[in-house]
Order: sequence, then C-alpha cells, then structure tokens
Amino acid sequence: MATPVLDKVEADSAASPYITATFRIRRFNPEVSDAAVWEDFTVEIDPKERVLDALHKIKWELDGTLTFRRSCAHGICGSDAMRINGRNRLACKTLIKDLSPEKPITVEPIKGLTVLKDLIVDMEPFFQAYRDVMPFLVTEGNEPTRERLQSAEDRERFDDTTKCILCAACTSSCPVFWNDGQYFGPAAIVNAHRFIFDSRDEAGEQRLEILNDKDGVWRCRTTFNCTDACPRGIEVTKAIAEVKKALITRRY
Amino acid sequence: MKIHKYDTVIVGAGGAGMRAAIESTKRSRTAVLTKLYPTRSHTGAAQGGMAAALANVEEDNWEWHTFDTIKGGDYLVDQDAAEILAKEAIDAVLDLEKMGLPFNRTPDGTIDQRRFGGHSRSHGEAPVRRACYAADRTGHMILQTLYQNCVKEGVEFFNEFYVLDQLIVEEDGVKKSAGVVAFELATGEIHIFQAKAVVYASGGTGKFFKVTSNAHTLTGDGQAACFRRGLPLEDMEFFQFHPTGIWRMGILLTEGARGEGGILRNKDGERFMEKYAPVMKDLASRDVVSRAIYTEIREGRGCGPEGDHVYLDLTHLPPEQLDAKLPDITEFARTYLGIEPYTDPIPIQPTAHYAMGGIPTNVEGEVLADNDTVVPGLYAAGEVACVSVHGANRLGTNSLLDINVFGRRSGIAAAEYSAKHDFVELPENPAAFVEEQVEMLRDSTGTERVSEIRKELQETMDANVMVFRTEQTIKTAVEKIAELRKRYKNVSVQDKGKRFNTDLLEAIELGNLLDLAEVMATSALARKESRGGHYREDFPNRDDVNFMRHTMAYREVGDDGAESIRLDYKPVVTTRYQPMERKY
Ligand SMILES: Cc1cc2nc3c(=O)[nH]c(=O)nc-3n(C[C@H](O)[C@H](O)[C@H](O)COP(=O)(O)OP(=O)(O)OC[C@H]3O[C@@H](n4cnc5c(N)ncnc54)[C@H](O)[C@@H]3O)c2cc1C
Ligand code: SF4
Ligand code: FES
Repeated sequence: MATPVLDKVEADSAASPYITATFRIRRFNPEVSDAAVWEDFTVEIDPKERVLDALHKIKWELDGTLTFRRSCAHGICGSDAMRINGRNRLACKTLIKDLSPEKPITVEPIKGLTVLKDLIVDMEPFFQAYRDVMPFLVTEGNEPTRERLQSAEDRERFDDTTKCILCAACTSSCPVFWNDGQYFGPAAIVNAHRFIFDSRDEAGEQRLEILNDKDGVWRCRTTFNCTDACPRGIEVTKAIAEVKKALITRRY
Repeated sequence: MKIHKYDTVIVGAGGAGMRAAIESTKRSRTAVLTKLYPTRSHTGAAQGGMAAALANVEEDNWEWHTFDTIKGGDYLVDQDAAEILAKEAIDAVLDLEKMGLPFNRTPDGTIDQRRFGGHSRSHGEAPVRRACYAADRTGHMILQTLYQNCVKEGVEFFNEFYVLDQLIVEEDGVKKSAGVVAFELATGEIHIFQAKAVVYASGGTGKFFKVTSNAHTLTGDGQAACFRRGLPLEDMEFFQFHPTGIWRMGILLTEGARGEGGILRNKDGERFMEKYAPVMKDLASRDVVSRAIYTEIREGRGCGPEGDHVYLDLTHLPPEQLDAKLPDITEFARTYLGIEPYTDPIPIQPTAHYAMGGIPTNVEGEVLADNDTVVPGLYAAGEVACVSVHGANRLGTNSLLDINVFGRRSGIAAAEYSAKHDFVELPENPAAFVEEQVEMLRDSTGTERVSEIRKELQETMDANVMVFRTEQTIKTAVEKIAELRKRYKNVSVQDKGKRFNTDLLEAIELGNLLDLAEVMATSALARKESRGGHYREDFPNRDDVNFMRHTMAYREVGDDGAESIRLDYKPVVTTRYQPMERKY
C-alpha cells in the first residue's frame, strides 16, 4: 500500500507561479465590422491553468466583449472547441504550460463552420449531420419486460464511440469538410458507428445506406486529423474504417 | 418582441428537461427552451451511477432503498416521495436501457451494479451494490441517450434561449402560470412563450460557491425567476458538499472511486474514515465524509505545505480496474494535476456540489405557491425542484434517478394539464420586466464589475456557509451579500451589442446568484440545529422538536419597495420510518 508523501505539485507551487502570456485572438463582430482581426491580450497567469481560465481573465478583467461558449470547464460538455496554436482543442482541457507560452498563443474559431462572433460558430449544420444518421437505438418486435441482455464483449465493441461529446473538434479539423460542408464529417460517422456496432440495434443497414451516399464515408481520405483532434481520445479514423469495412462486407 | 404559443413549454434540456420532453411531446405541442445546446447540460458531467434496486448482483429491494434515502436525508425527506423514487427507479433504469443506454454489464449480460455511499442492505447492515453505471460517465450516457430519443421523437428545441422571467397571473385569487419570457442569445431578441403548462428543469445553482463541481452556467435562473414572482423556495439552506473534488479546482472525482475500493488518507497515511464511520468507512454519507475531511484538516492532519487537503488513494487498485471503471476521473487527475493515479494519491477537498432545496413541488411535479396550494399550469423537476426526496442530504446516484423519475412524471402531468385547459391570458406588457433589466444593464454607466462582485460572493460563501457554519459566519455572509446586492445596482457591462451578448447574460446570472445566496444564508441562519448538509457548530445536534420541518422562503416587497425574505415552515411527510439517530 502506497503511503502518500509530499508530491511534485506542491513542491513547485511554493515559488511564484505566475508568468506573462500573450493571447492572440481572432476577433469578429459583424455588428462592428465585416472584417475579422487579430487582437493581442497580455495576462499574468499561472501556466498550470487552462486556456479557458485565460479567456475568462481577459473577458472579466480586460474586455467584456470577448465572446466564446463554455460551460463545464473540464472537458465534458463539448462547448469550447477552438483552434489553439493551429490545432483543434477544448480550451478547458488545454493547459497554458503545454503551449510554449513564451510565444503568443493563437486562439481562433474552429474552421469550416460559419463564424458568428469571435470564437462562436454556427453549430446547426454540425448537429444536422448528426441527426441525419439516425442517432438512436432502433429495435423491432416486443419489448422485453426486463433489460435487453448484452454481453460485456458486445458492449465493448462500441464503447469507444459512446464517449463522444459532440464538440466538433474532429469535423472542423477535416480538410474534406473544409472544402465541402456537405460531407457528413467524422463526428456523425462516429455516432453512426456507436449504433451500427450495438448488438441491440436493428437499423444498421439503413444507417450504412445513409453513409454509402456521395457525401458519406467514402469521402474520408484518412488524414487522421480527426483522431488527433478528439479531446475524448476516440479513435475516430478507426471507427470510420470499421464503418467502411462494414459497408463492403455487410457484416457488423 | 415575438410571441409564440405552445401547449407545453419546458425550461431546460438536461436530464430532467429531456425526460419530461419525451413524454410531453408525445401528448402535446411542446417547446423546449434551453440556454445551452441540450448535450452541453451539466447532467453530462455526472459520473458514478444511478440507483435502482434491480438486485442484479445481490439481494436488494426498493424498500431498503427508500429507507436509505430517508436516513441519508437525515429524516427531512418526504417519505411518500422517497417511496415513489425507489419504486419507480427500477422502471426508470429499464426505460433508459430500452432507449439505448449502454450500461456496463454483468457476465450474464444484465446491467451491472456497484456500491455507492449510503446505500445499504437491510437498513444499514452493510453496503449494497445498487448503482447502475456506464463506466464513470453515467450522466454523459443518460444525457446522450435522452437527446437521441428527443431526436427520434422530433422534440422541438429553442437552443440558446435564456428564460429570464416567469409570467404569473392572478385569476379569482389564484396564481396561475401564463408562460415565460426568454432572451435569444444569437440576436438579443426577447420572446414571449405563452403556454398552458410550463415545466422548470433548469438545474442547480452551485456557482455561488468558488470551489464547486458545478458548471459556469449553473446559476439558478429558474429558482430566481419563480422566487422573484412571489413563489416560495424550499430548504435552500441544504447544499451538498461532495467530499472528493480536485484540490482547489473543485472538479469532481466520483464517489464510485471509493465504491471501487479507493481510500481517503491524511498526511500520516491514516485511513481516517475508520474513526468517523466504523461500518461504512469511506462510503459513509457525503456530509459525514466532508466534515471528517475538514476535521482532519483543522486538526493539522491535512496534506501539503498548507495542510489544506487530503488524499484519495487509488494506488492499491489494479490499473486494469481503473481503466475499465474509472477512465475519465483518472484522466482528470492526469490532465489537471499532472498526477498518475496508478502510482500517486490524488489531492482532494470537499467541493460544493448539489442543491437539495429548490422550487417546492408535490409528487406530480406541480409547483406549490405555499404549503398546500398548487400553481395551476406550473411544474418543476430535477435539481431546480424540491419534492423533497433528498431532504437534508442527497445520496449519491439518487439525483440521476430523481431527474428521470420526476422528469417523466412532470412531463406527463404537464401535457395532461395542457390537454384539458385553456391558455391563461398574458399580462399586459409581458416583456416589461426583462426589457427593463436588459436596458438597465446595457445602459448603465456604473463602475462595478460583474466579475469582481461574483468573486467576492463566491469567496464569502466558501468561507462562511460551507461545510461548517456558525451564527457568526452566516451573519457575516448575510451582511456581505446585502452589500454586494447594493453594489450590483451599480454594475455595468462592456458589451453593448445585441449578438451573443454573453457579457450581459453573465450580469443577469449574477443577479440570480445574489438573490439565491441571500435566501440560502437567511434560511441557514434560522435553522439552529445540524442536519445533513447543514452543520452548525453552535448547534451540533439535530433538533427534531423544533426543526423537523421544511423551510419555505418567500420574497416580500414592502410598501416602500424594500425587499425582504420571510421564512415559513412546512411539515415533513412521514409514512413508515420514525426518525432515528444517523450512524454509518
Ligand atoms: C460533476 C457531477 C457529478 C455528478 N454525479 C452524479 C452521479 O453519479 N449520480 C447522481 O445521481 N447524480 C450526480 N450528480 C448530480 C446530477 O448530475 C444533477 O443533479 C442532475 O444531472 C441535474 O439534472 P437537471 O436536469 O436538473 O439539470 P442540468 O442537467 O443541469 O440541466 C439544466 C438545463 O437547464 C437549462 N437552463 C438553465 N438555466 C436556463 C435558463 N435561464 N433558460 C433556459 N434554460 C436554462 C440548461 O441549458 C440545461 O439544459 C452529479 C453532479 C455533478 C455536478
Ligand atoms: S468524435 Fe471526438 S472530436 Fe469528434 S465530436 Fe466527438 S468528442 Fe468531439
Ligand atoms: S467547457 Fe465543457 S468541454 Fe470545455
């Protein structure tokens, strides 16, 4: 049994933890101007804090007009996907110290969806693609009185894709989606996967047909951007590959 | 201003709101107004599980569950409601499974169950495995499953619509609900939703504390809207402090971690819960564990240079078990603390977690205007409401249950009500209050900042009305809140625009937090006893003679316009269990 001892976190919290960091933020407000501009903000902040904490500090102390979505602040609600130093991440799950804060940290809205104000984009097309893949359990016949049975192995087959928080980090990192917003995008495919591989579901064929469309899985060029972007660690590209394979073999 | 007409309007799209919407949409023309996209709701943060006496892994029954709920709530629970909760739990879980929820499974394919604090076999004999779970993301799976079923049922959502006022009209001396007023985030436009029935499912109010497991958006908007319109709030002094929040950040580490065998230790490595709760140990009720942690800290046995936290030790558990059962919370420790839970203990401290009090309702979800009169057409369910199944302290896994059982009930009741009744005529100028509030904040040239007042509020709440309270600390809080309320009149916002004005909305949310903090502190001051989550060092014992009753707080406005809070009391419904001393 391990006996707790003073750990590293406490050891280095004794010295002054603050650093000066510059956040270079993409601003856009059509009420003010049609053009988007970069604006720099410099804050004193503990680098062990989140980028979301820095955005709050800016909004609360420097410029109340800075606008972004957020809620849970710990990577579970999917509100605050944004492009930080050129990579899609959740602001609440990215610590400042992991971003080389000696240089300005850039923060922009995610790409491929219409920017509405500052870091806020129009999420409607994203959710529409999700709704289009029938993201709900479909069963036939009489309902059992108790729960449907499912073995732990069958449950395991779609475990990874149940973790999705619909943050859009994957879809908005996909070059195919940037070029053509009609593409369903990785998140919708992940959520289709979650049901196609659920042993209780009986609409796999229908979902596969939907994804067999010209805007479906075959557009994926396996660039792995989505897998890199996913804050939930979902193997997005693998899920897409499993759906492609199911389309060819019709076995799932 | 736009006017919409719906049979039923649901405020909030968390677990309670969407469970209600699924029922109500089948029966009436329903609109769901939600300030967040449904899947962003804080139900998604819930980790550990949902209680139901399925008896899938060991003997269990709903009567034991009822007893545990009542005892856990320190006998302030309405026993008729607790019985419904425990009985309907079984179908609530089975319904979710049929809707597609991917529960963890036992080797024979049924829903797996695990231990959780305060849940026991045969009235406290030993811990029982009652919590149904999906790894440590049960709330996420409930939220996703309910949203998926809302998509299936074609539920109509108004996303990023903030409800800011409840319309109450008096007809023949009876207060009735006429609808709600909402503010559209994208445009700044004000919308009136006239509705025959309104269901509040707008969640908790934890953001008046600094160290909290609650989301930034949990600002008690629903409670505040009803309270402002003269409706009471019940048992607001009862707030739950969860023992294991990440040190300083408040991010929750589920009790399921202790259910899986995790142990709390002080700086000497001692398993201190053995002293405080010899039978249930680390799995005693949350209020008991939170007080034990602070007692250790106060008596100099806390960890770290400032001795201000203790450890949650998972290092003796096999890594495979942590990966399979607790993947998210171990990931939080890695991401936010840089700690590897396989090998290092995690620094934790109690975190403000759950509002037991709220808008009083009966078991059908109907909102009460006083101890017995219902407000026709007005319903509430979930954390915003107080039925009261949690009494003075909620058991872990009983809230995910509550939102499903009472969300469903209120959705059905509201839709049945709207099928049988007509619209209540809107008051004159229904948008007046919201328009005035918005204009005042937007045009204000005051010098106070929202963020500064909020910070001071959170600091005073943490310091004075958290785990330990005394007359003196509560009075300090009451005075500070009064000062902050005065200063709030002088706040201004920087964003004067219409589009996505979150600056303005944060100011409105702060107003709600201030109102509710005042109710909480005032109710706490008057309760001169210790019970469940409300612990008074100056009155360390439970006092059933004087305080076995619910607090009912009302807002009064004097002839001179001065506001005050009037406290009244409501009897507790007792059916089969007589109060006993609470030991774990
Ligand atoms: C970290 C954490 C872990 C937890 N773990 C567990 C657990 O394991 N088991 C358990 O039983 N309980 C748990 N709980 C408690 C439980 O999750 C919550 O009490 C419950 O989910 C609340 O659900 P709700 O539907 O009432 O509110 P929420 O899910 O918070 O939803 C509130 C909804 O109201 C909307 N809303 C709010 N204000 C407005 C407004 N002004 N206008 C329009 N819409 C509005 C929001 O958009 C949101 O959709 C946990 C809580 C937390 C914080
Ligand atoms: S798959 Fe990952 S990145 Fe994509 S929406 Fe889901 S959680 Fe976000
Ligand atoms: S704020 Fe919820 S995911 Fe970041």
